[in-house]
Amino acid sequence: MNPLMQGIVTIFVGVGGCVAYFYLSNLVLDKVIFPAKGRHIGRNINRANKWRPWLFLFPAIFVLGLYLVYPVIGSLVRSMYNRSGDGFIGLGNYSTLLASPDFRTAFFNNLLWVVVVPAGSTFFGLLAAQLTDRLSWGNIAKSLIFMPMAISFVGASLIWKFVYAVDADIGLINALRAALFGSDPVDVLQIPFWNNFFLMMILIWIQTGFAMVILSAALRGIPEDTIEAAIIDGANPLEIFFQIKVPQIMPTLVVVWTTITVGTLKIFDIVYAMTGGNFGTDILPSYMMSFMFRDDGRATAVAFVIMLVVLPVMIWNIMQSRKEMR
Amino acid sequence: MAEVKLKDVAKAYGEVKVLSHINLEIQSGELVVFVGPSGCGKSTLLRMIAGLEKITAGTLSIDGQVVNDIPPAQRGIAMVFQSYALYPHMTVRDNMTFALKIAKKSKAEIEAAVTKAARILQLTPYLDRLPKALSGGQRQRVAIGRSIVRDPKVYLFDEPLSNLDAALRVATRIEIAQLKESMPDSTMIYVTHDQVEAMTLANRIVVLAGGGISQVGTPLELYETPANTFVAQFIGSPAMNIFKGQITGTGAETRLRVPSGVEITSSVPSPAHLMGAEVEIGVRPEDLTVARGNELAFLDFEVEFTEKLGELTVLYTKPQEGGNPMIAKLPGIVFVDRGSVMHLTAAPNKVHVFHEGTSLHYL
Ligand SMILES: Nc1ncnc2c1ncn2[C@@H]1O[C@H](COP(=O)(O)OP(=O)(O)O)[C@@H](O)[C@H]1O
Ligand SMILES: [Mg+2]
Repeated sequence: MNPLMQGIVTIFVGVGGCVAYFYLSNLVLDKVIFPAKGRHIGRNINRANKWRPWLFLFPAIFVLGLYLVYPVIGSLVRSMYNRSGDGFIGLGNYSTLLASPDFRTAFFNNLLWVVVVPAGSTFFGLLAAQLTDRLSWGNIAKSLIFMPMAISFVGASLIWKFVYAVDADIGLINALRAALFGSDPVDVLQIPFWNNFFLMMILIWIQTGFAMVILSAALRGIPEDTIEAAIIDGANPLEIFFQIKVPQIMPTLVVVWTTITVGTLKIFDIVYAMTGGNFGTDILPSYMMSFMFRDDGRATAVAFVIMLVVLPVMIWNIMQSRKEMR
Repeated sequence: MAEVKLKDVAKAYGEVKVLSHINLEIQSGELVVFVGPSGCGKSTLLRMIAGLEKITAGTLSIDGQVVNDIPPAQRGIAMVFQSYALYPHMTVRDNMTFALKIAKKSKAEIEAAVTKAARILQLTPYLDRLPKALSGGQRQRVAIGRSIVRDPKVYLFDEPLSNLDAALRVATRIEIAQLKESMPDSTMIYVTHDQVEAMTLANRIVVLAGGGISQVGTPLELYETPANTFVAQFIGSPAMNIFKGQITGTGAETRLRVPSGVEITSSVPSPAHLMGAEVEIGVRPEDLTVARGNELAFLDFEVEFTEKLGELTVLYTKPQEGGNPMIAKLPGIVFVDRGSVMHLTAAPNKVHVFHEGTSLHYL
């Protein structure tokens, strides 16, 4: 069968299957399980209507269960088995992780990322949003700042490899060092501890555009007259910004912050492409990758740790965006 | 305690002239109302006094000091906005004390000011609430409270009641009048497009139209001797009836021929050179009466529509050539059939005469 036919057949089977499911399942409910006739006709109709919502919900619940809940439970189970997957070792993988200095480095680095990247992106985003607000060429500036959002993490990493290149003719940083101090080139990605921040810089560069766009819309949404009232009340521009504007966009700030936090917790590509996790720059996802296919038990244990870390941020994020919608 | 003086003030947005040649002196302790149709520049004028808009030309002085280039906070003014403009993230107390905190006033001073303002405005139970937990009327009072605590020289109000429902509007209007009474020294400038608000609140009304001041006067002056047809029709509801006529006699009283051919008298004096001039004659709906006995009816009023309000009846004709119907307001309940013709008249001192739009009073 050629691919076109396959597609068409799939569409028909899919749509037809859905229609058939809803039609037949309702039919069974109304005619077979709770037939609308006989002695209990009234009670049967009521019961059928009580069950009907579940007929409609079932496909979604089933698919969500299959693709979301089952993998979570499956991972939890797999993380309790040994390397080959045939011996149950309980929390063995977790205790090995805790004892491993590499894991602790990755965990600590990850915490750094989670603090620095959202803070940096939100700060620069807010700054850019405020500064470009009244500018005639503000939209051009915004487009430029937003542009990195469209670049893949690996692509961005490649660009920054040039910036960090250990060659004053290529690398911007070393060029600056050479021009200003006449120093010899260094590899910033090998400076212990600080190299983490050079990696974070890449993600901040990418995410600032996102923060700026959302916060810029939020700033525009602030009623102009509250700002005029503050001017009459004698507030200076800084007081207006921090005491009138920022509090009014606080819910949006929190959503932006947590959204970037969740994104940061999932970052793997940048570290993988820049240092491969060497020189003390490992974070949890790249640490996990280093075990994948070698010790799936340990890798899933790391995955589970990541999930546990993301979960509270996620919940907070959803709560905040709901609050904002109200 | 401050007088506000505007001398030849003008405002333009680029090429667009919004206001020009505004000359006005507001006395200390006066409540002046700016009134005019939507878009005539009332808010713009008020915002120039506040310092939120630059003054394009002319000088503005408060208390004898030219303030054109002085920032709003140092002009000694406070402003109440149409949409309240409360800080949504601050409690009522914080809203009211924001200016004082910015000015680094002492805790005791701030507390005293808030307590006093809250008592005057009956906001004491709500001091720790956020604005969103208040009704429209309460929010408006907080906005007023925010002004009071600063004890400004001049209060500015920009249509403060237009977001309230009708009943609350009347109640708040009375509260503002009482507030003014309790602060006889403070100068207030109040903007509205509602002539009833203007008539009830103002010591003096400034009617703005066409980018300038149409007339300044006490409410009754505007009602009894409007300077031009615009003010005549803007003040009073329903609007004054205006129809064409011709001057047939001048002097201490004016003789006029109306369209029906009848000659009537107006007590407005007229100069001799206007003999024979085409004029506009204005009579308020409430000044029209049914001609009785030997009274001379000059208006054959063909009734098209009636509104019986109990205390009075409003009668309308078909639209005249200008597009508006003639309107008569008769006391009590009047039964008339559509199409029947009433013979109406008015006392000579109720007949206004306008030559080329300007009242003969002001020629
Ligand atoms: N920022 C602005 N740019 C250009 N025109 C403006 C601006 N603000 C107000 N206007 C114009 O000035 C006129 C007066 O506006 P405004 O003072 O708000 O009227 P009012 O308060 O009497 O209804 C209006 O015609 C409006 O279109
Ligand atoms: Mg206005």
